[in-house]
Amino acid sequence: MSANKTCVVIGASHGGVNFGTALRKEGWEGKIILIDKDPEIPYHRPPLSKAYLTSPLGIEAYQLKSKESYVKDSIQLKLGVSVNSIDKEKQELTLSDGSVQSYDILVMATGARPIIPPIKGIKTATNLYPLRTAKDVENIQTALLNASTKDVVVIGGGYIGLETAASLKKMGAEVTVLEREERILARVTAPEMSTFFEELHSSNNVSVLTTKNVVAIETENGINTVVCADGTSYKASVIVVGVGILVNTELASSIGLTLENGIKVDETAKTSNATIYAIGDCSYHFNPHYNRYIRLESVQNAVDQAKVAAAAICGKKTVYNTIPWFWSDQYNVKLQMVGLSQGYNQVLMRKEEDLKFSIWYFKDETLLAVDAVNNAKAYVVGTKFIKENATIDKEKLVDTSVVFKPAELLKS
Amino acid sequence: MAKITFITSDNEKIELEATSGSVMQLAVDNGVQGIDGDCGGVCSCATCHVHVLPEHVSKTGTASEIEQDMLELDDNVSEYSRLCCQLDVSDALDGVVLQVAK
Ligand SMILES: Cc1cc2nc3c(=O)[nH]c(=O)nc-3n(C[C@H](O)[C@H](O)[C@H](O)COP(=O)(O)OP(=O)(O)OC[C@H]3O[C@@H](n4cnc5c(N)ncnc54)[C@H](O)[C@@H]3O)c2cc1C
Ligand code: FES
Repeated sequence: MSANKTCVVIGASHGGVNFGTALRKEGWEGKIILIDKDPEIPYHRPPLSKAYLTSPLGIEAYQLKSKESYVKDSIQLKLGVSVNSIDKEKQELTLSDGSVQSYDILVMATGARPIIPPIKGIKTATNLYPLRTAKDVENIQTALLNASTKDVVVIGGGYIGLETAASLKKMGAEVTVLEREERILARVTAPEMSTFFEELHSSNNVSVLTTKNVVAIETENGINTVVCADGTSYKASVIVVGVGILVNTELASSIGLTLENGIKVDETAKTSNATIYAIGDCSYHFNPHYNRYIRLESVQNAVDQAKVAAAAICGKKTVYNTIPWFWSDQYNVKLQMVGLSQGYNQVLMRKEEDLKFSIWYFKDETLLAVDAVNNAKAYVVGTKFIKENATIDKEKLVDTSVVFKPAELLKS
Repeated sequence: MAKITFITSDNEKIELEATSGSVMQLAVDNGVQGIDGDCGGVCSCATCHVHVLPEHVSKTGTASEIEQDMLELDDNVSEYSRLCCQLDVSDALDGVVLQVAK
């Protein structure tokens, strides 16, 4: 039935690529075309700020799929071309190479792009880069190699900024992280976690400074001076900006799709237009477990929505219903997070060792989320509890003499 | 050079040869069904779960603590379970047979 149809995907990253593979697996017989302006064979994004930044290997080592697997699945990649416009009546896309591509089903997996904040002098700063693409990493690596000093300033103390700081330190840079808020990771974690990561960085000789609102960058002879509102300033040969993202919704907006903090989709990832789906970072979707609309920036979300959209397009009834999870690797610390902590009113810590503990976010008796540090067990136990809406015995939870098994921790 | 055989849940047998990289990457590059490798190989997603043929455990070794923890509550875990992103291709693996977990 689908044999003469064409499914076109804008964006070939975690969302787009997994969608293509899933659609084929679901039995779609027609064409599948993935279009991305990034010229590289699609790659994993999380390693960009982690292992890849410090690695001598090329981006090929981090491919999502090998070239051959696209051929095997008859998935056509059009890389290095942008989609410039959509004609929703004719069901056609105009690409940056002037060609026109028609579609029967369109999937927006356009993701997001880094915010470059309107700081005075930011446009004329030397060696200032965001970190979202393989090209950004290459630019940062080259800049650090050729810079006259090894001073690097990272603007923004979120996960990407902190991971980048840890990686650049490993590469021999002297790194200062400037965070505007009073604590790092303020939007996403409890104060206990912020303190832990601040101490982790400082014990690795990376200075993480908070309440530092960058107001200007002055550049002279290839050296930047990053100036903060409190009058302090920091020299930098290289600056990495990690202050958040903007969702790529321009194309969706141009054809009147419903937008709300992203492209609004139903539980099958369908947009307000029946022939168009949206998945991954760009989608604003309903999470049944937390009973609200959310937008997530995570591999898990991109992959799971890709599968749901593929199933829906092939006429299957799968709906999106997953507990979000995420990870971050910095130095010798592996952080694994599950759930959404927003709305918590109690935080409990279970501490096995200084570098092995977990933070449990509750709203009254309901477990909302877990942050596990070097503690995969806490992560999987937490995942199970959240999924099952389990009622947990909080005293036992924080008592490390109680065996860490789900059955031991439930309220009797 | 190591020869590595995957058996998928559809009982498809895929024989591959490699010299380096992780076993997960090898599987993903060759489209082995059931090995997704969503986290890129950092032991965060458990989408690279395999069972080593019991007589081949001497080639792979047993699961590390983090692998065991990640799989502890998995319905399909066995004492031969590994997250194959944690297995590096080397001569030691030559001839190993890995059953992809459900
Ligand atoms: C440095 C870094 C570290 C991260 N670490 C983690 C982590 O540890 N764990 C985790 O779960 N997540 C992590 N993330 C987030 C994760 O990478 C994203 O959630 C994921 O990439 C989202 O996938 P996506 O396909 O929705 O969007 P994206 O990956 O943003 O891909 C969108 C693609 O669409 C293309 N595109 C957009 N518009 C057009 C157009 N008009 N024409 C053609 N192409 C277009 C873009 O070029 C891009 O390739 C990290 C992200 C970054 C940047
Ligand atoms: S690839 Fe994610 S755990 Fe192995």
